[in-house]
Amino acid sequence: MEVAGLSTIMVTMMPFWAEKVGVPRTLAVEFPFGHTLGQPHNQVQQMRVIHQALDVLESADTPGEIVHSTEIWPEPLKEAKKSWQPEDPSPIIEVMAPQVLEVIRQRRRSKSQHLGGGITYS
Amino acid sequence: MSVDSFKYLPRLISAYYRMTERQPELPIPWTPRPSSLSECKFGLMTSGGLYHKGVDPPFDIVRERQEPTWGDPTYRTLSTDIQQKDVGVSHLHINTRDVLSDINILLPIHRFQELVVEGRIADLAQNVYSFMGYQGYPSDTTAWQETYGPEVAEKFKAEEVDCVLIVPA
Repeated sequence: MEVAGLSTIMVTMMPFWAEKVGVPRTLAVEFPFGHTLGQPHNQVQQMRVIHQALDVLESADTPGEIVHSTEIWPEPLKEAKKSWQPEDPSPIIEVMAPQVLEVIRQRRRSKSQHLGGGITYS
Repeated sequence: MSVDSFKYLPRLISAYYRMTERQPELPIPWTPRPSSLSECKFGLMTSGGLYHKGVDPPFDIVRERQEPTWGDPTYRTLSTDIQQKDVGVSHLHINTRDVLSDINILLPIHRFQELVVEGRIADLAQNVYSFMGYQGYPSDTTAWQETYGPEVAEKFKAEEVDCVLIVPA
C-alpha cells in the first residue's frame, strides 16, 4: 500500500507481529481477536479507538512506529478469551499441535542437557 | 501501558508464534501522510473474511477444511452502503458472531461516515475490501504481496484514496 503511494495506519492486537513484519504505523490494542475496533454496537468505544488511530497516523514520523492504546476491554479475561474463539477449533490445530509440542519437547531436552541435566543418582 | 500480544491467545498458538523468527525487510515502506487528515480520502480494509452475501462467494473454507495447511488468498469488495443483514463472514479461526451483528468492529464504515460529517476526514471511498487472514501453515503471503495486495492498492488509487485504515482480525 505504502509503495503504491498510500499512507496506512494499522490497528492490531498483535504488536508482536507488527514489529516483526515491519508495519509502517501501528496502534496496538489489548482486545480479543476479531474485535479490533471494539465491541459490537459500542459506538463510543469504537470511535475512541479510531480517533487514536488517526492521531497515530498524524503524529508518526518514523517508519515502524507502534503506539500502545490504554483502552481496556470491558469484559472479564476468562470470558473474553473464550468468546472470540470459533465454536469448533480451526482445522489446522489438529495438524500443528503435535508438531509444536514436539519442538517444545526438543527445546526443553536440549536446555536441560545444556544446564547439566540427565544426572544419574547412584 | 504496553499491549500484551498473547493475552487472549491459546497456549499452543502462543508457543508457535514465539518460535517464529522473522525480521522486517528494511527499509519499511513509507508514504508521508497528506498535510491534513481533513483533506484525506480514506479507504478501509480488513482480514476478517467478510463478503457480500448473495452477491459474492464466501472465502474457500471448504478447501481449507480438506486441506488445513492452505488458506484462501483472494479478497472481496464490499460497498459502503451494504446492509448489515447482507454481510457474510467466512473465517474458521475466529468466532464470527459479533462482526455479523456489527460490521464496524472490523470495517468501520459507519464510524468513518460520521468522521466525514464531523469534518475530521474529507471522504470515505465507496468500496472497502476484505481478505481472510489465515494464509496457511506455515503462513505464505506471496499471493497477497504479488497479486492481490497491489490489485487492491490500485483500486484505492482509482478512487483517489490517500490514506488506508488496515484492520486485521
